[in-house]
Amino acid sequence: MSYEELTSRVRAVIAATQHLPQEKITADSTFLELGIDSLDGINILFAVESEFNINIPDEVAQNLRSVRDVIDGIAKLLGAQGDCGQGNQAAVTA
Amino acid sequence: MPHRVAVTGLGVISAIGQNSGEFWQSLQLGRSGIGPLQAVDPALLRFSNGAEVRNFAPSEHFDEKEISLLDRFAQFGVIAARQAIAAAGIQWTQQLRESAAIVTGSCVGGQTTEDEGFVNLYRNNIPRVNPFTIPRSMENAAASRISLETGVVGPTYTISTACSSSNHAIGQAFWMVRSGAASMAITGGSEAVFSLGFLKAWEAMRVVSPDTCRPFSKDRRGLILGEGAAMLVLEPLDAARARGATVLGEIVGFGMSSDAFHITQPSPDGAARAMRAALADAGVDAAAIGYINAHGTATLANDATETAAIRQIFGAHADRLAVSSTKSMHGHTLGAAGAIEAAATLLGLHHGILPPTANFTEADPACDLDVIPNTARPTPTEFALSNSFAFGGLNAVLVFRRAET
Repeated sequence: MSYEELTSRVRAVIAATQHLPQEKITADSTFLELGIDSLDGINILFAVESEFNINIPDEVAQNLRSVRDVIDGIAKLLGAQGDCGQGNQAAVTA
Repeated sequence: MPHRVAVTGLGVISAIGQNSGEFWQSLQLGRSGIGPLQAVDPALLRFSNGAEVRNFAPSEHFDEKEISLLDRFAQFGVIAARQAIAAAGIQWTQQLRESAAIVTGSCVGGQTTEDEGFVNLYRNNIPRVNPFTIPRSMENAAASRISLETGVVGPTYTISTACSSSNHAIGQAFWMVRSGAASMAITGGSEAVFSLGFLKAWEAMRVVSPDTCRPFSKDRRGLILGEGAAMLVLEPLDAARARGATVLGEIVGFGMSSDAFHITQPSPDGAARAMRAALADAGVDAAAIGYINAHGTATLANDATETAAIRQIFGAHADRLAVSSTKSMHGHTLGAAGAIEAAATLLGLHHGILPPTANFTEADPACDLDVIPNTARPTPTEFALSNSFAFGGLNAVLVFRRAET
């Protein structure tokens, strides 16, 4: 999966859970800018876990403040899982 | 004339003791009941510990027919009520049965029963659900069973306000006895939380600690769920003295508020309003409070917010009073929390020993109160507060007074 594809899927998940138009969400949007609070955040993670069939540990979840944090976190998890390639960064190609 | 309200009976079943004596012994020693989950397979969860009532045999308390009608949460409630009634030495008369009240709290009622029934339906393709599912799972199951056992026919009901349920319940019962609307009340709360479906829902909330419960500690990582019950017998102080009952302590004030802020994030203002209302209801000056049994869930948000709220109400006196969270030992028992913590507070005042915050490792500047770390402290104390703050922003605070000698 390319970084672009991952980004686009994450944007779609956030748009759906937050009832926001996708064009409002960029990889650089912060949760604060998008009006995403802590409860919205765990709801997004729930949707992301289903979308990518991954388990996001609580300590990763606590440090997510932006769309890019989510994308990079997923890339790391997919890499560690070895689903899409080998090693951490190889799973998602830039 | 409003009555002074005495607590003349106390019953407790929890992870740290299955009666009030055992419970107090654990609190005094700072002994935690948190351990590896037994009710469900922890391999299916991101967390693995809970504060379960271990070695609990329903058949020691109920016959088979009763067990088939009572979910674990209701069993706990009935057992605690029986203990409290026995301790109070109540002699039932028809007049007392007609004028007494039963007010209980529970957040999730018999969700364990529902979980089992729905697993059969959805997963095991059994197209029938046990007909006792409804009477077992209703939140008022414990209150109704206590009414059936005692023959109390006065006001009997259950309050469900998440983690504030039993403080709201005790507060209502207190006001009824104080005003004369009830001549006596059996009140408290009970909860049984350890079913897989419910634990998965808590897992998704991401507020459960992967290790233990460390309230007010800098390295706190969330709450630990617990189960159990506590019940109190309340009656007018003069009536209690007249019949020669042992007075364990008094309830002197109750205050409540709603945050109107956020469905799950706490607000210091809402918590402070409830404490202020409780002190006003008690007619007690903030400077008279020596101890606060904190809500103290050990989530990052609660403990810092509660500290801010305490500072808002008590000002400089916040540095003179002691605060602890006994959830570090008996876990967060949701709708039973207020009741179990009322028991801890009353026993602490009665014995002149304040229960500690167990599992404390490192001070947090955001929680800069005297939290009685790890070791109980002998301190004669006259007045204490017990805080409950719920998801949904609903707050309920009780004020207790040591019994006069």
